Amino acid sequence: MERTTIDLWVGIFVALGLAALLGLAMKVGNLTTGSIGETFTVTANFENIGGLKPRAPVKSAGVVVGRVADIKFDPATFEAVVSLNIDKRYHFPKDTFANIYTAGLLGEQYIGLEAGGDEASLVNGDKITQTQDAVVLEKMISQFLYNKAAEPAAESTSSNDSGSASTKSNNDALGANPLDAITEPVKP
Amino acid sequence: MIKSNLFVGLIRTLRGIGHDFSKRIWRLGAGARLFGLTLAYSGESFRRFHLTIREVYFTGVLSLIIILVSAFFVGMVLALQGYYTLQKYGSSESIGVLVALSLLRELGPVVTALLFAGRAGTAITAEIGLMKATEQLSAMEMMAVSPISRVIAPRFWAGVIAMPVLATLFSMVGILGGYLVAVPLIGVDAGAFWSQMQANVDWQFDILNGVIKSLVFGVACTMIALFEGYDAPPTAEGVSRATTRTVVTSSLAILGLDFVLTSFMISM
Amino acid sequence: MNPNIVELDNLSFGYKNRMLHQGINMVFPRGKVIAIMGGSGSGKTTLLRLIGGQLKPSKGEARVDGQVVHKQSRDGIYRLRRKMGMLFQQGALFTDLSVYENVAFPMREHTDLPESMIHDLVLLKLNAVGLRGAHKLMPTELSGGMARRVALARAIALDPDIIMYDEPFAGLDPISMAVICELIRTLNDALGATSIIVSHDVKETFTIADYVYFVANGVVAAEGTPDDLRKSDLPFVHQFVHAEKDGPVPFHYAAGDYKQDLLGFEAK
Repeated sequence: MERTTIDLWVGIFVALGLAALLGLAMKVGNLTTGSIGETFTVTANFENIGGLKPRAPVKSAGVVVGRVADIKFDPATFEAVVSLNIDKRYHFPKDTFANIYTAGLLGEQYIGLEAGGDEASLVNGDKITQTQDAVVLEKMISQFLYNKAAEPAAESTSSNDSGSASTKSNNDALGANPLDAITEPVKP
Repeated sequence: MIKSNLFVGLIRTLRGIGHDFSKRIWRLGAGARLFGLTLAYSGESFRRFHLTIREVYFTGVLSLIIILVSAFFVGMVLALQGYYTLQKYGSSESIGVLVALSLLRELGPVVTALLFAGRAGTAITAEIGLMKATEQLSAMEMMAVSPISRVIAPRFWAGVIAMPVLATLFSMVGILGGYLVAVPLIGVDAGAFWSQMQANVDWQFDILNGVIKSLVFGVACTMIALFEGYDAPPTAEGVSRATTRTVVTSSLAILGLDFVLTSFMISM
Repeated sequence: MNPNIVELDNLSFGYKNRMLHQGINMVFPRGKVIAIMGGSGSGKTTLLRLIGGQLKPSKGEARVDGQVVHKQSRDGIYRLRRKMGMLFQQGALFTDLSVYENVAFPMREHTDLPESMIHDLVLLKLNAVGLRGAHKLMPTELSGGMARRVALARAIALDPDIIMYDEPFAGLDPISMAVICELIRTLNDALGATSIIVSHDVKETFTIADYVYFVANGVVAAEGTPDDLRKSDLPFVHQFVHAEKDGPVPFHYAAGDYKQDLLGFEAK
């Protein structure tokens, strides 16, 4: 075969390869949707991060605004120090609240930011002071069982006040309150 | 009498194992030496880059059909198998993620490399073995032209260029095959198929790592094929045995390297 | 200037326990056609490879143009090889190149001549071997005799000082044999080169050679002009030149007692 024909075919071949790579990057990968431009880094301390992993998304109002850069353990406070890379385009108040949430029942964990009301914005190197830990399923279940166990005991000891006591524990059992019971108090 | 026969047999077996082992070690060293020489002579061969382009045509372009057809079927099978498992857990929308990740991380680079070893690797071994048997390499040397820079190096670089291109096309076409089964055939929502995929496939950790894998496979596969050809006894039987060895050694090398690379990439 | 372009000085070559040559002395004067003859397996071709630097002697040395071949660096050997042309036994044409490209190969590799000049030179060389009309054919389309003539055109592509022929007459029909025979002589005289022929065909070799060396058992057994050797009464030369089946070279491969061999089977 002529050399020029071969060159043409090889050119097409390599171009196809590059096009496929580009196609994978755009259509399959998250290069377009998940890419974050310039970022600034803030840290947040948690007593328990559950299953949070580096590169997990940081969302605010459901929109990805950054990624978890790094997770370290602080031997002095026995807390997890999580560094977050947040897109420079977004500004958050100093008193922003950082929660660790779970996507769906068994999904991956991510950090949710809830803006506070402070005038000043977070800048590179700042620390988010208000955090809420991950929900640990085992803790939640054991708390729930504990409450369930306490319920019949309360009924039998005070027969007079049985109506109000059972209402209270029923509320507990319905699920909203056990979460409150195990979540750590907001740190000052 | 029988006892001593047994003893002699045992000694002979042990000696055979030892001989076999030392031969393998020797071949490993000779292969590494050829690899080093190939790299050293690459500069010379790059000056005549059209030789490399010619080989990309033979190893890459001509392997395209088998690679693309296989990719299409692999993608379709992945989608079918994945669907029947995922629907049990009510998460058939994740089928796109399953297909894309399997292809990009594992099947794309590995299956491409295995097919490449069978299609292009054997052709390289047979060609070089025959060039040796018909004294073409010797003739080249006597004409003061190094066969390594004129014959080996262009084929090596052609393999290294062709493999990632083929693997990328494999993943791409495989995902298309998976899409065709999942969306029009099974009826998974097209939006969910793509959005789940996009949310869970990472550019660097899934796509780039796959390309890196296929690059490494390209180096290993092509080098094994070249060495087996270059080292083949210059007879018809020698060349045919070398061709078989190319497929066996390449396949083992690909799967072994795949494990090493995967564990390395995951630990990063 | 040294009148001998190639000199072999007390040259010994062999593998660990089997010496092929033991102290060979030969001189090859400029402008002559010299033949090296001997039975199959007497190491004639090895001598050519020693001169070309593809093998290293165990003892002694081969000198080309006064330079010791095996003491040269790779570049030095390549520089020496550019003065040599070699015709391999089966021609060793590059099967992936056309006749034209085969002859052009050494020019493209070693010179920066413009394409028009290469074109003229290639046709000139092909015309010299009578195959100008076949320049578009591929090597697989040539007969054995034609392939060897193309290989000869390639060997003389760069007007070498030394042309080496490895069994140029083996496996040819009588007409092709006569053509090659004629070509060797005329090309040698036209180019002012020195030809070294390795052969066991007595009749053809004796018609063109100026001087003949006989190699047997690793040493030069006899030497002289063809006329001297025809008259020689050395038993080995006599047997070889007149093709007698038994003589100093025995009909039987070395074996034990015949009777013992036949009866011994039952004794086991």
